[in-house]
Amino acid sequence: MPDAPATTYISAAMAAAVGTELSRQVSFPIAESDIRKWAIAVYYPDPPPRLFWDSDFAATTSHGGLVAPEDFNPFAWMAASPGGVHGPTSNDPQNTEKILGVEPPPVAFQLNGGISVTYGDRMRPGDVVTSVSRLGGYRERTGRLGLMLFTTLETTWTNQHDAVVRRTEGTVIRY
Amino acid sequence: MMAESRVRGLSVGDEIPPFERVTGFANWNRFAAVNDEFVPIHMDDGAGRKAGYPTAIGMGNLQWAFLHNVLREWMGDDGRIEEIACQFRAPNTKDQTVTARGRIEAIRLDGDRVLVDLTVWTEMDGTDLAPGTATVSLPAPAAES
Repeated sequence: MPDAPATTYISAAMAAAVGTELSRQVSFPIAESDIRKWAIAVYYPDPPPRLFWDSDFAATTSHGGLVAPEDFNPFAWMAASPGGVHGPTSNDPQNTEKILGVEPPPVAFQLNGGISVTYGDRMRPGDVVTSVSRLGGYRERTGRLGLMLFTTLETTWTNQHDAVVRRTEGTVIRY
Repeated sequence: MMAESRVRGLSVGDEIPPFERVTGFANWNRFAAVNDEFVPIHMDDGAGRKAGYPTAIGMGNLQWAFLHNVLREWMGDDGRIEEIACQFRAPNTKDQTVTARGRIEAIRLDGDRVLVDLTVWTEMDGTDLAPGTATVSLPAPAAES
């Protein structure tokens, strides 16, 4: 006899894990060339704004110097902590609960449910950024794919002055 | 905070100038190199077809960047993206034109800044790819003497 459909994916252990830190990274100091290459890539084939690559021009702006595009990722390729070149990103839909050390829900698929960001201080050459991700919460909804689990991940980036650089809320949909 | 229908020549309902790119491996490879995003579906048409698409597909993270670009191109260097959000509804396929757009929904004066709420989105062939919202701040106009 086939298993009855799940009535909930959220176990007591999963609910109790909300707020737990999932990961922590510290970037290498941001280099001007990192900013320049990111800007070239996202504006290609047109040249990017001078604010991102022309130090003399950037010094005359309200920013007082080069800043990175807000969407810049200082953790690409490698972080100072934990060390080592990043391995492949996990596509395991049960990865979050495995990191938490709790029994994962019986889900087989995952979709990117969206992202929401609030920006603080701009990232600048020389900045060292710390990223801390936490499990934000779980909620469920029944839709055309059946019971769907919405998992929120909350990530805060701060710089070496402990100023907030960005707060991100990402949603993963699993079923 | 005062709600405004028109500040700095901006009006609720205005669309900001679009940001348009024809995307394919030239963009995607460059973005993969800076974001360490070498994923087969973004690099190989066979992988795209295996996933049900006619070609390889572009990164959602690059669409996210395009949403930032359309705001930055409109605001200029003194503008500030305060908040931005989107959902990834559909990917863009190879050699198609992706257009990032924005429409002003509300304008508010807040001290020496003007806050503008916008609906933003990327589209391809009239289909929304990444719909979202944004709030930006701009320098308030100088008081007239």
